[in-house]
Amino acid sequence: MTAQPTDAGPLAQRQLALVDLLDRLLAGGVVITGDLTLRIADVDLVRVDLNALISSVNVDVPSPFEEEESL
Amino acid sequence: MNELRYVYAVTRPFDGVLPEGVRGLGGEPPRLLDHGDLVAVVGAVPAEDFAEAPLKKRLEDLDWLTATARAHEAVIGAMTTVTCTVPLRLATVCVDDSGVRRLLDAGHDRFVTTLERLEGRVEWGVKVYADPQPDPAESRPGPAAPAEPSAAPASGRDYLRRRLSSRQAREGVWERAEALSRTLHAELSQRAQAAALHRPQDSRLSEARGQNVLNAAYLVPRESSQEFVAEVGRLTPQDRGVRVELTGPWAPYSFAGQAGQAGPDEAGASR
Repeated sequence: MTAQPTDAGPLAQRQLALVDLLDRLLAGGVVITGDLTLRIADVDLVRVDLNALISSVNVDVPSPFEEEESL
Repeated sequence: MNELRYVYAVTRPFDGVLPEGVRGLGGEPPRLLDHGDLVAVVGAVPAEDFAEAPLKKRLEDLDWLTATARAHEAVIGAMTTVTCTVPLRLATVCVDDSGVRRLLDAGHDRFVTTLERLEGRVEWGVKVYADPQPDPAESRPGPAAPAEPSAAPASGRDYLRRRLSSRQAREGVWERAEALSRTLHAELSQRAQAAALHRPQDSRLSEARGQNVLNAAYLVPRESSQEFVAEVGRLTPQDRGVRVELTGPWAPYSFAGQAGQAGPDEAGASR
């Protein structure tokens, strides 16, 4: 494989979006039991918690689309 | 201090050294642990964060999760510049080096197969968004722009007509986004060696404009990347309401777990 410095890739030009990273790190990669492993095989749990976290933070921010959708 | 072993990735033994300046968790450079015909990329991490009970709590802390994910990715990204690397799921933790050796033994055949399958390949991410209300700041006057967007409606009927046409425009955006997603996925899957669909992203997490309709990953030989990227560009329409986003090249995270995805028992030998 050609050794290619990471900073030559397009990714390095801006910070990786956290969600893109989490899609891969929480749902991808080899799942194997370490001797202490908390199974993240069921990432949905983590995700649900994250969603709850985010929505609790943003609960006061109304969606700009809702008003129109209801008409 | 009580330390555990965090396993980032598995590779084959390789000539050369870790890229300089790579920092993993806790700002520590990762270490290579040779075991037979495999190498684990490991780092020492504090038990107060990574033992099972605290880890469970930590994973719900978005800031901590962010820092951990970025450190994990930094190590994987650096490793892929020197050799074919199979990334492990975030937060794979062993008690000590012999635990890591047991993990390599337990997963040996699977790691070898996966290394063969991923050799020389990278992952590209492609997302499609439907954005019925494109950012006015980004809008250029184009053929799709309404002629007099800000003129006050002359009558109630005008008002209703305008509401209706704006609703129809929004529905059109959805249809176009979904049609584009189908086409893109079909065409790109043919050019890729494997494809994976992630769940569409929640815009509260991504803070991206519009609604994510397609969130796909494609496994592509490194040398065909340029063509793949060009193909994405070719298939991307000029459409202010439908946006295509390309990310990569990634280490092949989305394809490391396939073909022999571990059930709870598959790696039971490490117990």
